Amino acid sequence: MNSLLFSTISRLLVGLMLLFSLFLLWRGHNEPGGGFIGGLVAAAAIIVHGLAEGPHVMRQLLRVDPRTLVLIGLLLALLAGLLPLINGQAFLTGMWMFFGATATDKGLAIGTPLLFDVGVYLVVLGGVAGMFIAMEEEL
Amino acid sequence: MLVAFPQRLVRTTCSCHCRHYLSVLGAARRNVPAINRRTGRVFVTEKTIANAPERDSGAVFSTVASGCAALVALAASVWFALQIERVAAGGAREYITQWVPSLGVTLNFRLDGLALMFSLLISVIGLLVVLYTASYFRQHPDRGRLQLLLLAFMLSMLGLVSADNVILLFVFWELTTVTSFLLVGFDHKNEQARRSALQALLVTAGGGLALLLGLIILAQMAGTYQLSAMIASDVSLTTHPHYPVALLLILLGAFTKSAQFPFHFWLPNAMAAPSPVSAYLHSATMVKAGIYLLMRFQPALGGTDWWFYTLTIFGAITAVWASLMALRQTDIKLMLAWTTVMALGTLTMFLGSDLRIAALAAVTFLLVHAFYKCALFLVIGNVDKRTGTRELPLLGGLFRSMPITGFIAVAAGLSMAGFPPFLGFIGKELKYEGALAIAEEPWLIVVAAVAANAMMVGIALTIIFKVFLSGKLQTDRRPSEVPLAMWFGPLLLAIAGLSTGVFPELIAPGLIEPAISNVLATPTDVKLSLWHGINVPLMLSVVTVILGCLVFWKLPAIKDLLDRWAQRLPSGDGIYQTALRAIDQAATFVTERLQTGSLSHYLTIVMAVLLLAVGSALLVYGINFDITGLTPVPVLAAVVVALMMAASLVVAVSGSRLLSICALGVIGSGVALLFLIFGAIDVAITQLMVETLFVVLIAAVLLRLPRFPGEAHPGRGGNLRDAVISVGVGVVFGVLTFGVAMTQADLAITEFFAENSLTKAYGRNIVNVILVDFRALDTFGEVAVVATAAMAVVALLKVRSADKEASS
Repeated sequence: MNSLLFSTISRLLVGLMLLFSLFLLWRGHNEPGGGFIGGLVAAAAIIVHGLAEGPHVMRQLLRVDPRTLVLIGLLLALLAGLLPLINGQAFLTGMWMFFGATATDKGLAIGTPLLFDVGVYLVVLGGVAGMFIAMEEEL
Repeated sequence: MLVAFPQRLVRTTCSCHCRHYLSVLGAARRNVPAINRRTGRVFVTEKTIANAPERDSGAVFSTVASGCAALVALAASVWFALQIERVAAGGAREYITQWVPSLGVTLNFRLDGLALMFSLLISVIGLLVVLYTASYFRQHPDRGRLQLLLLAFMLSMLGLVSADNVILLFVFWELTTVTSFLLVGFDHKNEQARRSALQALLVTAGGGLALLLGLIILAQMAGTYQLSAMIASDVSLTTHPHYPVALLLILLGAFTKSAQFPFHFWLPNAMAAPSPVSAYLHSATMVKAGIYLLMRFQPALGGTDWWFYTLTIFGAITAVWASLMALRQTDIKLMLAWTTVMALGTLTMFLGSDLRIAALAAVTFLLVHAFYKCALFLVIGNVDKRTGTRELPLLGGLFRSMPITGFIAVAAGLSMAGFPPFLGFIGKELKYEGALAIAEEPWLIVVAAVAANAMMVGIALTIIFKVFLSGKLQTDRRPSEVPLAMWFGPLLLAIAGLSTGVFPELIAPGLIEPAISNVLATPTDVKLSLWHGINVPLMLSVVTVILGCLVFWKLPAIKDLLDRWAQRLPSGDGIYQTALRAIDQAATFVTERLQTGSLSHYLTIVMAVLLLAVGSALLVYGINFDITGLTPVPVLAAVVVALMMAASLVVAVSGSRLLSICALGVIGSGVALLFLIFGAIDVAITQLMVETLFVVLIAAVLLRLPRFPGEAHPGRGGNLRDAVISVGVGVVFGVLTFGVAMTQADLAITEFFAENSLTKAYGRNIVNVILVDFRALDTFGEVAVVATAAMAVVALLKVRSADKEASS
């Protein structure tokens, strides 16, 4: 699409949308959001940029092949599932670490569900963006 | 309230949209010339595989594979040999560990007399075959693969004969089927080999399914899945009302595996396999799996008229028919294959009776056959390797150039023909003695046994004389003796056939006696000897030899007669072919009507089926339309719904694609707004995102496609049909949703999530905690689906542009 307006605004939007997608991913456990939604927003950002500038720009923006993103995402989710096996727990059991925990407050909880959610984020981002890029390139 | 429900929505929205992309692309592929902008990377197609240079799988790999196979076989042989003493004394070795306790499946192995006899055959012959193969395929690039397959097959067979749980037995049964498929199809570039492998797989795996069903029925009848408990139990299985069904299914399994008439045709076809594979699978081991099953179940299921007549009649037909077919062959390997079918028929025939002497005849003949048939197959391998042919008219006089192979052929052939002092003689005498002892049908069995054995003598003499002792080789090769590794194994087997004939006490107390005790389920004493005195069996032997010499003398005339006669009969292979073609045609018929390639056709079918199925269910069961106690709809929601209704009308009547797509977007966003109004904010965001991306992607595709034929004006009839279906589906699902809303939901799961979300999973957003923790396995499956769908879309697009490039 050859539009100066769209192209200018898309550059503004892309960064904001990508930031917002990370924000959604991070806060998902407690507030509305999560890996799935975050991944969709990130894919939307890539697509908006691609519509304004063309498919090759989307590849540049992603830096890695979308298929690789999908693969890494799946592997991360799998890893999150396999880690608890070390402790003899069932596949995909949540494992947690608490930073700055006090008697009343459990502090910052980081666990395998976050890793799993990052995996979901990457799969959704890579999958949707990959499909769009392929369509733009081949159709 | 809303927590459990939205998650399902997220899932359906996501997977349904993915599928949608795929079908849109499918339509695009068919209707539109591609605008190819970029060179797509070529995916590996059949063409590129075929053109790839011949690749040696590496000498190191082959050596390691051969070494592994040989070492495992050697270790197994030694270990099993060490168990002889203990098992012969009546003790069985058992090994039990839990596998799927909830289904009654345990990893339950039991080495008793019968299992030990088979295990020794499998491991010792396996060792000899592996050593033989290493030399036979010295130059072959895929020899490592073959050795590993042989090893896998050997382990499957060992598991099969020692499994003491019927489900475990079935698992190993199918493992032997799969490994034998790979072994028969080893030469996978040869179409005949592929066809034979597939045929063997379809026939034996089909029988395997029947076997599974039969075993489960049997286990239900007996109240246990443990084989030994089933056989030892006091419950009489043979008087149970389900006995005939279970028996029929189990016999189907055994008959397909052991190539009994009318399923015998796959075995001769499987001769497309390399010689060592045929020697191992099709003489000594796999085809004997069905015989093993019959022996194993003899005490539990035998002793009835059902058992006796089925086994005797089918065994007799198989034995006589196969030996006649063997006479017709000019390829000596095929000849041997048919004699194997004959041997299997004989074994089945004798297992029909529960007399001690009949069982003894079967077990002894099993050993006899394993020794001579394996040796002969390896001999044929040597002949094939050195002369380049297996055709009887071309072969002759090989004894001079290949004396060791010739000696093996003579020794194994004499055992096959049942001449003293070979073990084959004892086996044959026992067969006649058994046949005479069976009171029900002595004449059928005696005649079948004598006829089959006479033809066996004829074939043995043919191989000994026509290939080795007389005549001259008709090819221009100068054959020489094979290396040690290729005569060592068969020679050992031939000597085994001779020495156990002279000294039957070598195997009688250690192998045959414990095995017989298991077949008859009572401890049995066995004494074998070469000389029984002058009696009826000996007379029958003399008659057999005379008839056999006659067959040998008149072979060309008999062959002509059989050829003319066989042309008029339907062959098993022909029936198999017809059945396969009928399945193909039925599949084509259905596919052509359902998979038309038109997206609107698919939708019409799916929606019409949905309408009929769900609609009729609604009509039958009805719905509770009690609306008292409902709260009024919020005004905002009513406005959104009105907007959505208007938008769907626009989608239906608009002639412009862009307008339709935008209107679709309005509907989706309306759904998102409704979620928001009712408080499911996560679902609302997801829905909004999915909807936005959906509109963008659909617009990207649809706006580039030319108009489909009939898109704007589907015609009056088409319009009416579409209207009826869409309104119908809408009404049905409206009513259904209303009915669901009226039902009192069970809140137990919702409460569980609400209680444990923060305390156990440290998250306040229940929807997300469900997705990444409580039901993370579901999500994992879903992201795998997203990944697969995306990969498929990318691959389809790339393949198409690769195709276009290749054709231009």
